[in-house]
Amino acid sequence: MTTPVIDARDLCIDYQLGKTWVNAVNGVSLTIGANETHGLVGESGSGKSTLALALMRYLAANARIESGEVRFNGDNLLAKTDDDMRQIWGKQMSLVPQDPLASLNPSYSIGEQIAEITRLHEGLSRRDAAQRAVEMLARVRIADPAAVARQYPHQLSGGMQQRVTIAMALSTQPRLLVLDEPTTALDVTTEAVILDLFRDLIRDNRAAALYVSHNLGVIAQMCDRVTVLYAGEVMESGPVDDIYLRPVHPYTISLLASIPRPLPGIETRLPTIPGVAPSLAERPRACVFSPRCPVALPLCFTEKPPLEEIAPGRLVKCHRWQEIAGGELQVETSPERKSDKTASVGTRYIVSLQNGESASYVLDARDLSKHYGTQSLFGRLTGAPSKIVQAVDDVSVRVRTRSTLGLVGESGSGKTTLARCIVGLETADAGEILLLDVALPHALRDRARGFLRELQMVFQNPNDTLNPYQTVEQALTRTIHRLSTEPMTRQQLQARVLDLLAAVRLTPDYAGRYPAELSGGEKQRVAIARAFAANPALVVADEPTSALDVSVQAVILNLLKDLRAREGASYLVISHDLAAIAYLADWIAVMYLGQLVEEGTVEQVYNPPSHPYTEALLSSIPAPDPRVKRGRIRLDGHVPSPADIPRGCRFHTRCPRKLGAICEQQDPPWQDAGDGHRIRCHIPLDELTALQASVPEQE
Amino acid sequence: MLRYILRRFLLLIVTMLITSAIIFALTQLVPGDVARLILGREASPEALQQFRAEFGLNDPAPVQYVNWLAGFISGDWGRSFTGTQGPVRPLVLDRLGNSMRLALMTLLIAVPVSVLLGVLAALYENTWIDSAISLLSLSVVGLPEFVTGLVLINGLALGARSLGLPATSTVPDNTLADWIRQLLLPAITATFVLIGYVSRLTRAGVLDELKKPYVRTATLKGLPRRVVIFKHVLRNALLPTITVIAISFGWLIGGLVVIENVYNYPGLGALMVEAVRQKNLFVLQAVVMVTIFFFALANLTADVLYAVLNPRIRLE
Repeated sequence: MTTPVIDARDLCIDYQLGKTWVNAVNGVSLTIGANETHGLVGESGSGKSTLALALMRYLAANARIESGEVRFNGDNLLAKTDDDMRQIWGKQMSLVPQDPLASLNPSYSIGEQIAEITRLHEGLSRRDAAQRAVEMLARVRIADPAAVARQYPHQLSGGMQQRVTIAMALSTQPRLLVLDEPTTALDVTTEAVILDLFRDLIRDNRAAALYVSHNLGVIAQMCDRVTVLYAGEVMESGPVDDIYLRPVHPYTISLLASIPRPLPGIETRLPTIPGVAPSLAERPRACVFSPRCPVALPLCFTEKPPLEEIAPGRLVKCHRWQEIAGGELQVETSPERKSDKTASVGTRYIVSLQNGESASYVLDARDLSKHYGTQSLFGRLTGAPSKIVQAVDDVSVRVRTRSTLGLVGESGSGKTTLARCIVGLETADAGEILLLDVALPHALRDRARGFLRELQMVFQNPNDTLNPYQTVEQALTRTIHRLSTEPMTRQQLQARVLDLLAAVRLTPDYAGRYPAELSGGEKQRVAIARAFAANPALVVADEPTSALDVSVQAVILNLLKDLRAREGASYLVISHDLAAIAYLADWIAVMYLGQLVEEGTVEQVYNPPSHPYTEALLSSIPAPDPRVKRGRIRLDGHVPSPADIPRGCRFHTRCPRKLGAICEQQDPPWQDAGDGHRIRCHIPLDELTALQASVPEQE
Repeated sequence: MLRYILRRFLLLIVTMLITSAIIFALTQLVPGDVARLILGREASPEALQQFRAEFGLNDPAPVQYVNWLAGFISGDWGRSFTGTQGPVRPLVLDRLGNSMRLALMTLLIAVPVSVLLGVLAALYENTWIDSAISLLSLSVVGLPEFVTGLVLINGLALGARSLGLPATSTVPDNTLADWIRQLLLPAITATFVLIGYVSRLTRAGVLDELKKPYVRTATLKGLPRRVVIFKHVLRNALLPTITVIAISFGWLIGGLVVIENVYNYPGLGALMVEAVRQKNLFVLQAVVMVTIFFFALANLTADVLYAVLNPRIRLE
């Protein structure tokens, strides 16, 4: 057998927390051969990034390798000093980091940052290294490599920045490539293009690759083998087909079940894993997953299962894997139980503020526009025409009572601006916003207190939306107090806080905690509780789950669905995740460059005929199933600048189904596909259906 | 960028106008007759009258101000009330030259020393090296300049006579040896004021940058440690430090009042104190104008430098 490129055995890594050392990675073994891509799956805090960097013998200043060994081409890396490693880093192993902008030095040009690697490791002259840098940029399919080489990181889009880090990583033909969540920050369309690129480049280089991700879809599409990590330990490891199709560990099974899949018409709830992942200091001593395991035996709480090799290259760490593999034991991944006991947040009074009649549309926004003028001082003095950025251009959306409108599109599509105009965080320039049939002033300061109450927002990143110096109770009390219609006594306020906590399934003891004491999912629950504090008619949620782990995302999605049923609230949900939004929304609106291009029910939008842009978005989603080949449609390039909108159909510059001159010259018409489903495209609907049906999505 | 600099210059001129008016008004409010102050108690009424007439002190205050302003703009900065009663301009420009020499010498010592100390403290964060540097730099900042100045004079000029350092400094001639001999002690005293601030800022900047992912990228390229620190980290960590150094140049030009007095060095600061004491109006006005000009210029340089060194701003 040939020597594997990387061979880690029984690796234990500790972190220093204050004066004590706590274990972060425990007894992990991992082998990657040449020309193999190994997936490392785990939720935040599972130790996957620590492990990935440790394979490069790179540790944080407060970490140490406690035991085990890491061999690289048979060489023991742990016996090497940093100086020894500098001969290997960048030359034989490289990292493609998670956050490309932060991972590039803001003060040096792209070309220089690539060139310094080959100057160092291959002794190239300044001129040759600069030349090589341009070649590398061309290899990662950057259109004008010489120009990009002269640019600085902040001048590039996220996808371009990530290509630059890939070009850097590959400029010396490394034997090991560590990819640490390299597409997490990117749009799904950009991600699809970058993943294709990875696949080609890894194959060309015959390198060993470790692909770290919490996205099970990406791993299924990219990897040959997978290791599932939980609380610093390997739960299960093996070929990608085995892990996805024949998983035998309860954690893997539950995790796979909790992914929302873009199937239309799902009315069920997502299965979730009860409880939360343990923090570093609180990991169970026996089986780390036992407290959350649906099939745990008493033995599981007292004794750590061994990591068994059940077939060549197939590892499992579970006392009951044989029963599961033999089909005797079903791991129940039934949806999380609805608790009916929890008190309702309060009786909603859907009263039309105008005529006492209940509105069929909670929100009816008509022809909203938001333009930003950017004009330099010089331009103003000389009277040059100002650059108008059309963030939102003539968009109409409606939200039915007790239903959810899902707004999808890439970054730069204007979806967040639209939501902020509706909520009042931005002031729309034109159009009409009717909330419960009453026209709403555009500017927040003109809106009456009652409107603020009816319209609440949940933001993307719960870490930034909660005041770190306020307890959960203080945060909720303040909102209740500010928005309540009548004065409340202390007891009433307290009772209300507990009601709200119960509604988002947090126990009363959370009331006294500070945000720092909460996990990401718990913080988002508090944020949701706060949004519901005033019984809003409409809750606007901007990417409510995109900062969360898959299993936590399932909990939040279920919660939002429950609250809608119970509180009679309606949602406007913004997301770039078409799968998550399909689960939550009844009506989908697709936005591109400030305009709607399609709207309809989930079923209508996700099936042909769809707008070519919707089709491309759907085609870009990596399916969490290795058997499913991903759609072929790729959108290269990025959304054009809203300051420079293409004439005719706005999508024509990237449209894979462009007809010709008509798309460049004429605004496309809205075509009615029946039952309210509308598509804005020049291509006749039956033609679209035929074209899209012929795309082979499955093998 | 050019337009920005131009606008800042216009703003600077407005600042100078307002300040000159305020200074002028203040000198009017201070009790005491200038002529009597200069000529002494025994001066005859005729002599006083002649003095006032000669310097235009009999005009109403606004007229005096406008006259002064017109003269200042056309290059006639007025005459000193004291001494040979010679023109103000050569006197002030001469002193400015002296101040610049001292400022330059101070920066040459202060910048490398404090940046180095800051980097060392950051690289050895929370070790005894870090603590020692913090303790040293903060304790010298805490001491007033007349204390550190006198200690240096007693220790190095009078104590260790073999060094040949004078206790009072005069303007150096154009040899390196004389520059060091005349300016070393006052420059060290000024360095003590700057060192704490600059080194703490450098330390904080380096620590901030070291946490950023691009440092990991640089390390995993296999670059030697010194390249990672001096090329990648310092380039970004020193941005705030550079602006502070540029701003401190303004202080070095017009603000070294105490140090110049301790070493009896003929700089602008010493001249300003003297002019205030003697109500030497035109000298005071000129010194203040020059000082403000250099303060503003230093600020502008700091902003421009920051933008030029930072591609995120330069390429906007």
